[in-house]
Amino acid sequence: MRAKLMGLFLLGLIRVLTGSQARWTGCPPKAEQRIYFANHQSHADLVLIWAALPRDLRALTRPIAARDYWTKTRFRQWITTAVFNAIYVSRERSANEDPLEPLLDALAHGDSIILFPEGTRGNAEEPQPFKAGLYNLALRFPQVVLVPTWINNVQRVMPKGEVVPVPVLCSVTFGTPVQLHPGEERRVFLDRARAAVIALRDL
Amino acid sequence: MNQYLKNMSATQQVGAMFLIVFGCLALAGIVVFLLSTREYPEGPAGDAKRQLLARADGVLRSSWVMVIVFWIGWLSGDTVATVLFGLVSFFALREFLTLSPTRRSDHRSLVLAFFVILPLQYLLVGTEHFDLFTVFIPVYVFLAIPVVSALANDPQRFLERNAKLQWGIMVCIYGMSHVPALLLLDFPKYHNKNAFLVIFLVLVVQVCMVVQFFAARWLQRAPAAPAISSSFNWPSWWIGVAAGSLLGALLAGVTPFSPAQAFAMAGVACVAGSLGHLVMKAIKRDRGIPIWGADGSGVTGTGGLMDRVDALCFAAPVFFHSVRWYFQL
Repeated sequence: MRAKLMGLFLLGLIRVLTGSQARWTGCPPKAEQRIYFANHQSHADLVLIWAALPRDLRALTRPIAARDYWTKTRFRQWITTAVFNAIYVSRERSANEDPLEPLLDALAHGDSIILFPEGTRGNAEEPQPFKAGLYNLALRFPQVVLVPTWINNVQRVMPKGEVVPVPVLCSVTFGTPVQLHPGEERRVFLDRARAAVIALRDL
Repeated sequence: MNQYLKNMSATQQVGAMFLIVFGCLALAGIVVFLLSTREYPEGPAGDAKRQLLARADGVLRSSWVMVIVFWIGWLSGDTVATVLFGLVSFFALREFLTLSPTRRSDHRSLVLAFFVILPLQYLLVGTEHFDLFTVFIPVYVFLAIPVVSALANDPQRFLERNAKLQWGIMVCIYGMSHVPALLLLDFPKYHNKNAFLVIFLVLVVQVCMVVQFFAARWLQRAPAAPAISSSFNWPSWWIGVAAGSLLGALLAGVTPFSPAQAFAMAGVACVAGSLGHLVMKAIKRDRGIPIWGADGSGVTGTGGLMDRVDALCFAAPVFFHSVRWYFQL
């Protein structure tokens, strides 16, 4: 109940601040297993994609949260678990643990996920080169649809280091799904996926 | 009929007026719906007709929203009405600033504009501090915004950035806040009827714009500023202003004005509103967009909020000031 109210509150807040307009240019919103991969410029990115998805899909789609930051206080843990149903990923690598492990579990379980393949927030015009995670997931789960996603304007809502968000209209554009070709090399695929995300900017 | 209307109380009169407006909108909706069920030939002629219908539908829809907002505002009292107009300001400013690129260092100024200046201005309206409310933004905010920007330590395009922000605040907050201020003006022998004044303003400005639009289509004159607007020309502008002012004179009965005064006041509002609309068009051309909205492209097919309220934002302060000055309120 409290989680539901918090979800509604966040949804209302993000709509008032950004309009959170979804533009499905390359594929319709559909309840199939998907990986939405997007450019990453702000903490608000995650909430914005989450808010742009239709309600039914929101329940099936899980964002990813850094374990060290999002489990530090009880409130942070509650909001990521109860409201966003997030998957925790450790940022520092230990020798005997695959950082992708929790994602693999979620995908095997049939969930859709939201991924930021740059790894960290950038503040340049174009996204940084993608990390290998997307490739590895695509390799392991060939049936999952990979949807490139461009988040527009969000860095203006809350730049790094600021606490109070400012209202600016934002949009989330979902493009045509990309596929991993058989035998395609890792770098080639990652660059192609990145280009697919950037191409949505000028639509 | 006239006698009957005169015998009603002020509240009943306003209620009757809303009924009439709702009825007119419903009638117009039925007409548009019937027209849309007709078959139109394929090709450019039919496409033009369909486009015109779609546009009429959009205008009708936004009129419904506006009228219902007014109605709720009137039902629930001046405070709620003021808050409602504050929200309109908020969304209009959001649209305006989305399309004027700001830099990271503008963040604090934007926070100030949205979360301090906007509520304060409407608080001044609500508490009827009219002397402060008319100078708060042009005098005090005019200094406060650039000070905050200067402290952000970023000289790049400083004047341009601040000018844009100041402009957005003037149009979206200052202009819009004069509409609820009309509700609180205290005319002698005109209690509880100030809602008429707002409707009067909106109606004459809107009629002026619509008549001007159709006159421009009908007259097909050379535009006065083709690079800014392909439809604006002086003859149709005169026709629009005349139509708005005449309507104002006809509506004199519901206002505290005599017919001649109403004619003049409506004329002032129409001139300010239609020319303000032209100015906002110039800004849109500068940004290279056809309509306001998320990214200036009509994804959903309807225009932004700014397209609907820009004339009002310019007409309201001028109208408010002329009324106050003329009647020494």
